[in-house]
Amino acid sequence: MAKPKLKAHHIIREWCKGCGICVHFCPTNVLELDSEDKVTVARAQDCICCLQCELRCPDLAIEVETQTE
Amino acid sequence: MAVKDYIRERFFPHMWCPGCGHGIVLNSMLRAIDALGLSKNEIVMVSGIGCSSRISGYVDFHSLHTLHGRALAFATGVKLSRPELNVIVPMGDGDALAIGGNHFIHAARRNIDLTAVVMNNRIYGMTGGQYSPLSGQGILATTAPYSNIDSDFDVVDLASAAGATFVARTTTYHARQITDLLKAAILHEGFSVVEVMSQCPTYFGRKNRLGSAVDMVERFKKITTPIGSKAKREHPELIERGIFVQKETTEYCSAYDDVIEKAMKGN
Repeated sequence: MAKPKLKAHHIIREWCKGCGICVHFCPTNVLELDSEDKVTVARAQDCICCLQCELRCPDLAIEVETQTE
Repeated sequence: MAVKDYIRERFFPHMWCPGCGHGIVLNSMLRAIDALGLSKNEIVMVSGIGCSSRISGYVDFHSLHTLHGRALAFATGVKLSRPELNVIVPMGDGDALAIGGNHFIHAARRNIDLTAVVMNNRIYGMTGGQYSPLSGQGILATTAPYSNIDSDFDVVDLASAAGATFVARTTTYHARQITDLLKAAILHEGFSVVEVMSQCPTYFGRKNRLGSAVDMVERFKKITTPIGSKAKREHPELIERGIFVQKETTEYCSAYDDVIEKAMKGN
């Protein structure tokens, strides 16, 4: 099966409560919390589309949209 | 994946605290339902009272938000009248095993086809951090400032002994496993119990100095192991994850159908 390729990160800023679970469990350190403690994509090019952030987000605030090459 | 197709977006952001494990259970549960391809019209979610029970308000299924501890009693009524529906009953540890402890064992004994999800954060969060029957000895709580002296129930042992025909356990660290277990539990014909160890960073975590929500989720990885693993033999204190019981016996609604059939014949 072809590797999934990142299309976009969709973040619902109003739903994010800044717990940092997505930031911590990202294996390639793609995400950061900004000055208002909301998740933001800092290094999109490093994303390997493992969905660890999306699956564990308690606020349903992050979605990783992928496409298969 | 369209998790958002299954929620009532107007109620978001939800009321759970930052980092609450219950959100991870909701997230994983929606994925299980999506993977099974169930229609929203064939699912009923019945809950009682507590932080965890608020989950029924966030899902766009048929939903019943009922009395503290009585979710399984209401769910039994729903299932008996409409056995073709999938009835999912999310409960907190106190709701399921203190206030609703009796309903829990008897639903298990009857083997009625319900999916009980015990979202176990070992504390009453909504009311301010009182200890529950799943807190265990040595735990600090608002009502146990010098540490709790009550032993805790083992949900898996209790459910198995009471007759549940599907019993499983996992944690919020293992989000994919929550989805897999819930899929199997929903498909199982009989009373299914899935315990999900969940974090309450606000009360349980803070009182017991377990750090942030991130630390608490990381801890679930460290303190659990798959059933029958080598790690369990070497470290018996580890908590096992996986499916403990999966067996087929007569389901309650089908047994009741037999009674109806007999009665209609006039026997």
